[in-house]
Amino acid sequence: MRTIRFILQKEFLQIFRNKSMLRIILVIPIVQLLVLSNAANYEIKNLAIDVVDHDHSAWSQRLVNKLTASGYFKIYRHSFDRKAAFEDLELDKADIVLMIPPHFERDLVRENEATLQLLVNAINGSKAGLANGYANSIIRDFNQGIRTEWLAMDKHSGPAVIDVTYSNWFNVRLDYKVFMVPGILVALVTMIAAFLSGMNIVKEKEIGTIEQLNVTPIRKHHFILGKLIPFWIVALFELAFGLLIGKLVFSLPIGGSLWLIFLFAAVYLWVMLGMGLLISTFTETQQQAMFIAWFFVIIFLLMSGLFTPVENMPQWAQTLTWFNPIAYFVKVIRMVLLKGSDWGNIQSYLLIMLAYALVMNGVAILNYRKTS
Amino acid sequence: MQTPIVVQEVHKNFGEVKALRDISFTVNEGELFGLIGPDGAGKSTLFRILTTLLLADKGKATVNGLDVVKDYKAIRKIVGYMPGRFSLYQDLTVQENLDFFATIFNTTVKENYGLIEEIYVQIAPFKDRPAGKLSGGMKQKLALCCALVHKPTVLFLDEPTTGVDPVSRKEFWEMLQRLRQKGIAILVSTPYMDEAILCGRVALIQNGALLKIDTPQQITREFSKPLWAVKAKQMYRLIQDLRSFEDTDSCYAFGEYLHLTLKHGEADVDKLRAYLQPKGHEQFDMVPITAGIEDCFMELMKSEKQQ
Repeated sequence: MRTIRFILQKEFLQIFRNKSMLRIILVIPIVQLLVLSNAANYEIKNLAIDVVDHDHSAWSQRLVNKLTASGYFKIYRHSFDRKAAFEDLELDKADIVLMIPPHFERDLVRENEATLQLLVNAINGSKAGLANGYANSIIRDFNQGIRTEWLAMDKHSGPAVIDVTYSNWFNVRLDYKVFMVPGILVALVTMIAAFLSGMNIVKEKEIGTIEQLNVTPIRKHHFILGKLIPFWIVALFELAFGLLIGKLVFSLPIGGSLWLIFLFAAVYLWVMLGMGLLISTFTETQQQAMFIAWFFVIIFLLMSGLFTPVENMPQWAQTLTWFNPIAYFVKVIRMVLLKGSDWGNIQSYLLIMLAYALVMNGVAILNYRKTS
Repeated sequence: MQTPIVVQEVHKNFGEVKALRDISFTVNEGELFGLIGPDGAGKSTLFRILTTLLLADKGKATVNGLDVVKDYKAIRKIVGYMPGRFSLYQDLTVQENLDFFATIFNTTVKENYGLIEEIYVQIAPFKDRPAGKLSGGMKQKLALCCALVHKPTVLFLDEPTTGVDPVSRKEFWEMLQRLRQKGIAILVSTPYMDEAILCGRVALIQNGALLKIDTPQQITREFSKPLWAVKAKQMYRLIQDLRSFEDTDSCYAFGEYLHLTLKHGEADVDKLRAYLQPKGHEQFDMVPITAGIEDCFMELMKSEKQQ
């Protein structure tokens, strides 16, 4: 224990002496939270729409008004020039083109049926999907509106209409920041734990100090614990710091118990520290360690449900997320913060994390022994 | 008291490369034992085996009676090791490095101050400077301090004077002499042959094998051939000419002179003078000298190569 204390003392001395390390610890969470949380927004507003109106009737005008009034669309060009609209689409000036054919009003009134065409710029798939969805639901609404108007002036004697109302639970105003901040906190502590721990161990190899340390009474477990505990503490501090910024800047709701989050984080971080340790056992330089850690962390992050919901992934990818520690933490931190989940809801996840931490560190320690 | 270092028939291969071949020697209490050899001779490998960092393929080695394989934990407590590469924390200050290495050996700088005092006072003015910002000589003194701070009974110094200026080198060796007098057994390696004379005994190592183990005095005494120091204005041309002379045994540059041995000794001198006459070397000078340790090593290494 005494030995570990002295190693810890030395590590903290080095961490606080390293100016870039201090910057990493203090500046990165602020920048990540402020920039990413504001930038990563799924809600798409102000989609540029070109309306090619060959009808120029009262009804077509009403449809266009309804689209713009929704707040999702902004008219970029309103013309009857089909070519110009295509060009806008090609030049990426318009996200969506609405074609209103000639005789739209006449067909609607006489034949009780009319066609519209929507051309969507699908370079950005999720944007295209949303634009299409928004436009469709507005047009459906429009359709229903006029039918009610024609068939009966009185709403109540008209055809039965299923009116769906909804309310957003756990994130009432569908505020994406509230959704993103916990996820970004996860990314943050993950990077501290997985990158810095591995790099720090490899650094001792790189500058040769491990050679000197090995000819001292320091035991392997002293060394490993002395190397990992500082980053465990730093990462937990980062989590607290990030939550504070989230609370102050984004009024992050804290539905559940903070203790639960820190308990989960404490276990989760050992998984990531173990990964860093494992990587350090088969790398010789900090660059190698950095690149390998980056490779795994980026895959884990992108498949964690942080940016795209896990449920949207194909089945095989969803199966893979069972082995993705980041996915568990993203899920749990959102559950606890937004939904107020308690011990009963997360204990199974905590047990899985505990198992992963044991396996990861076990493999890392075995491998560490073998290689040195 | 156990013999500080006993090495018996140690072999070590790295794949195809035979790094160490049948190495045996002992270092006695209070002895300064030098391991002299060129880069890549296997010096560091031997140090790593003796400091329990590497396992030998064959053979046995003990440090203070403790087996380097079985009792490695005990050995690590009683030896001081200075690796060939500067291996202290460059971002920690002199004082912090010292304190760190003292504490992990469960001691304090104060407790063993008597042993390191003489070296410590030299680096004390820089005690708040990061170790990475010290000069080469100061770094080595600090490393020696750190290796001594737990009062080891055996000291392993792997090329401690490589990359250090001549004055610091001299000081460093004086320190080693005084440590030896305090009863510490010291195994030191160096690629500089002139440092061999400062050791109690030396072992010459080349291509993983020991060529000779003896006192430097005995080694020089055994040098049998007559030796001349030769000089001329154009040294490069002279060395070319001498080496192409048919009866030249060896010819090496040593400072401002060339050291020359001839195949038939004195008998060849007149023939050599006749050979050099038409070459017209200006300021030619040739005097007989007694061999130094370096001449002996060159000779030993040459005969080893010929085998």
